[in-house]
Amino acid sequence: MLKTRIIPCLDVADGRVVKGVNFVSLVDAGDPVESARAYDDAGADEICFLDIAATRENRGTMEDIVRRTAEQCFVPVTAGGGVRSPDDMQALLMAGADKVSINSAAVANPAIISDCADRFGRQCVVVAIDAKSTGNGHWVISTHGGSRMTDIDAVAFAKLVESKGAGEILLTSMDRDGTRDGYDLTLTRTIVDAVRLPVIASGGVGTLSHLVDGVIHGGASAVLAASIFHFGDHSIGEAKAFMADHGIAVRQ
Amino acid sequence: MTCCVIVDYGSGNLHSAEKSFQRMAADRPFTEIRVTGDPEAVIRADMIVLPGVGAFAACRQALADRKGLVEALFEAARDRAVPFFGICVGMQMMATVGTERGATCAGLDWIPGEVIPLATNDVTLRLPHMGWNAFDSCATEHPVFAGVAPGDHAYFVHSYHLRPRDPSHVLAQATHGETFAAAVGFDNIVGTQFHPEKSQATGLRIIGNFLGWRP
Repeated sequence: MLKTRIIPCLDVADGRVVKGVNFVSLVDAGDPVESARAYDDAGADEICFLDIAATRENRGTMEDIVRRTAEQCFVPVTAGGGVRSPDDMQALLMAGADKVSINSAAVANPAIISDCADRFGRQCVVVAIDAKSTGNGHWVISTHGGSRMTDIDAVAFAKLVESKGAGEILLTSMDRDGTRDGYDLTLTRTIVDAVRLPVIASGGVGTLSHLVDGVIHGGASAVLAASIFHFGDHSIGEAKAFMADHGIAVRQ
Repeated sequence: MTCCVIVDYGSGNLHSAEKSFQRMAADRPFTEIRVTGDPEAVIRADMIVLPGVGAFAACRQALADRKGLVEALFEAARDRAVPFFGICVGMQMMATVGTERGATCAGLDWIPGEVIPLATNDVTLRLPHMGWNAFDSCATEHPVFAGVAPGDHAYFVHSYHLRPRDPSHVLAQATHGETFAAAVGFDNIVGTQFHPEKSQATGLRIIGNFLGWRP
């Protein structure tokens, strides 16, 4: 049977990992490629790079990071941040990314999703949805790293991206991101129930129980986390053992 | 010198495939990995890898657009019978026919059978089938699967699968809603629905086995 994936996410700006990765084994904690390699060795199921600066000048830097990672790591890699067109996606795929996430561009013009899916197959098109609660049981999406709010309903948008040919949804709760209070489980469950695509839960993980909750209560196909792994609170192996103890099928 | 050609026809997973085969070729003196779309190089190749991601019809069209490439693949893999490895859609294209979004598209017809959607009636099972799945069965006696066992994991990303007409063409199986062919092959030909180049130690073992295969 298909296993639940654990995905460490590396936020990258100007070619460096933001905040750094706190592994004793790393010589340069800011090097995204070295960090990716450490996660590959630790048994991560995928690795996700997000360029949070996402300027046009950074595009080549991200391609270089992906290229060097694919030379050393034989594990699936998702890259995103600042992807505006099918050509941007192609450059990252040719560099060795398996999947590319699009966010702001998909909101501005959802047709880009079908353009990319037609050219490269839906399996590599990840749509990153950054959702924020309106307080009345609804969520709207934000773009540009949470800096711009829209009035687009998150559930309706998730259904739209599925119909346009997305292969996966990377769902981040902007209310929980960075809080370490756990995923927004109601949001996760609502989106999971609205689509048939795999949904990656993201935003707010502070403990291993949060990962379990994301799968059992949220229904996520994969759980993404950053700081609990980067700061050395828990290893990928510990996370998998904990999830397995709670009845979740993982690859060990 | 053994020259293993990875066929370049614009498929997205080319770089990863190249790096993984290079990694395993490093342990084998006199094995060269060459990425090219040149039909002459394919005709002369000692081994051939056909990668592929995306839609069946798009990949099949991209292959057909490279003048002489399909003929070169037939000459090397069928007439000269050099070891051939199709990955994901590169495997699916060996079928007689692909069916995708209602349209059909002729394959290479090396493995009689068709490429059809994964039938998952269980709504809790997501599509695409994306992630790590374990082999239910595996042809452990096949040289390319030496050291690989049922229960080992590989990385899959697909919504369609190849169903061979001849069950003896199935080399490994996995299940997502239904049990499907995770690997196929006969004589000098193998193909995997999963991505060995993304399947960590298990994938690298299969790639290394292939490079040493002399069917």
